[in-house]
Amino acid sequence: MNPVRAIFKRELASYFATPVAYVFIVIFLVLAGAFTFYLGGFYERGQADLQPFFNFHPWLYLFLVPAVSMRLWSEERKSGTIELLLTLPVTMWQAVLGKFLAAWAFICIALALTFPIWLTVNYLGDPDNGAILAGYLGSALMAGAFLAIGACLSAATRNQVIAFILTVVVCFVLLLAGFSLVLEAISAVFPQGVVDAVAGLSFLTHFSAIAKGVVDLRDALYFVLTIVFWLVACALVIDLRKAD
Amino acid sequence: MIETQNLSKRYGRIQAVDDVSFRVEPGQVLGFLGPNGAGKSTTMKMIAGFLTPSSGSAKVCGFDVREQSIQARRELGYLSEGAPSYGEMTVWGFLNFIADVRGLQGAQRRERLDDAVGRLQLGGVLMQVIDTLSKGFRRRVGLAQAILHDPRVLILDEPTDGLDPNQKHEVRSLIQSMAAQRTIVISTHILEEVNAVCSRAIIIASGRVLADSTPAELEARSRYHGAVSLTTPEPLAVRDGLLRVEGVAQVEIDAQDGRITAFPRAGQKIFEQVGEFLRSQSVPVSEVQLERGRLDEVFRNITQAAQPAKEAA
Repeated sequence: MNPVRAIFKRELASYFATPVAYVFIVIFLVLAGAFTFYLGGFYERGQADLQPFFNFHPWLYLFLVPAVSMRLWSEERKSGTIELLLTLPVTMWQAVLGKFLAAWAFICIALALTFPIWLTVNYLGDPDNGAILAGYLGSALMAGAFLAIGACLSAATRNQVIAFILTVVVCFVLLLAGFSLVLEAISAVFPQGVVDAVAGLSFLTHFSAIAKGVVDLRDALYFVLTIVFWLVACALVIDLRKAD
Repeated sequence: MIETQNLSKRYGRIQAVDDVSFRVEPGQVLGFLGPNGAGKSTTMKMIAGFLTPSSGSAKVCGFDVREQSIQARRELGYLSEGAPSYGEMTVWGFLNFIADVRGLQGAQRRERLDDAVGRLQLGGVLMQVIDTLSKGFRRRVGLAQAILHDPRVLILDEPTDGLDPNQKHEVRSLIQSMAAQRTIVISTHILEEVNAVCSRAIIIASGRVLADSTPAELEARSRYHGAVSLTTPEPLAVRDGLLRVEGVAQVEIDAQDGRITAFPRAGQKIFEQVGEFLRSQSVPVSEVQLERGRLDEVFRNITQAAQPAKEAA
């Protein structure tokens, strides 16, 4: 078996070996539902789409994804299994990728379990299912980007709490960069070019277009590149800090 | 085969491993001895490909651990300190994961799993979660993982640490049974282990190799080598007698159990002379023993002699 597949399989199974997975999925589903119906005004809008559902995903991921990613490498370091894993005949890349893909798959499973809301909106009206699919795709990509950041920061410490907080802070900054309040404040001081650059770095900017059902290749590419960037950083951090 | 050349590892200002060169051939069991923090584990981690050497090189079966890292790791079974494993998995799940990563398939995979499980007697706990196992069993799971792919080179970092005497004996038997065709390096600070399993011992302290020879040669360096110990109800009288025996340099009485030890002059054998003396004087003795040498004493002399030299430098 390919080492990436072997690591992926082991990791994914390990999520479900403890109650963590089930707790995570339940909280994710409850919060996604609550946000959509209460804060998003799903019924009140009177529109057959999932915009109120997707709009809250960045904020949901802000706290839930770091909870998944925090143990990714810090646990290996703490229990010493990092030494086992990295002395098996696998390259650093295979290990980083296998673990990342397993965590991503786990979050995608949680995301896929929100399908009743898709059934609901189809029962109530006649939504654009292409746009909804695009929204799911964008949401999954964004979760991947959050996760890659979390993986890298988790590799930097053996303390899961520190990994969690660092990830939340970094992700929060990346989200805020696209928040209209922040952008207005920046535009008061800096020229439009700077505002666009900051907005261009933000998850919100790229996600909001996808959430509306417009899949621009550039937005998808942004998330893919973010994932690649942070995973490369993750591999470098592990290599640098192996001895600790 | 393992070969290291001028292997060094530096952490900031601390020289953890300093210019270590040695070569271990198949069939040899090399014991790595040294006080805590001597650089044993660091050296092993570099050979296993976990840590990158600051300078120098290491080869496993001819593969450089840096340049041909993956090939080197395929030849290698490694048990790191504390035998870490994924605690939430069952023993069976864990060993299958290792088999997956190592690319074992079909009949060979079944055969290797059976062999590792059999050798370490894990049959009864296969479906148990590793976290629920005793320390001894967890160590065995780690060993099973290390030998699963029938490696030509085994590196075991303190394989018997924390085990009870029976378990220690089992692990030593395992190492001996695997020694014939393989190159094995174990680290330990239990000196009796060196006599029990090692064909060669390297003493390392402050990152440097201080001695590299067979256990017997190390024992011969001991002050006790060739000395004669005996127990008698009249130690004081016997001591004065022994001092007059030819070849005896010194006689000591153990303050705790009153046992008398007669040390020979350099290069002399005194066992027969002492025996002759005891018979001729009709000294009542309850036991007489020829000492082979004491490894713990040699170990102390070698490692402590290195300390002041280091501070001066």
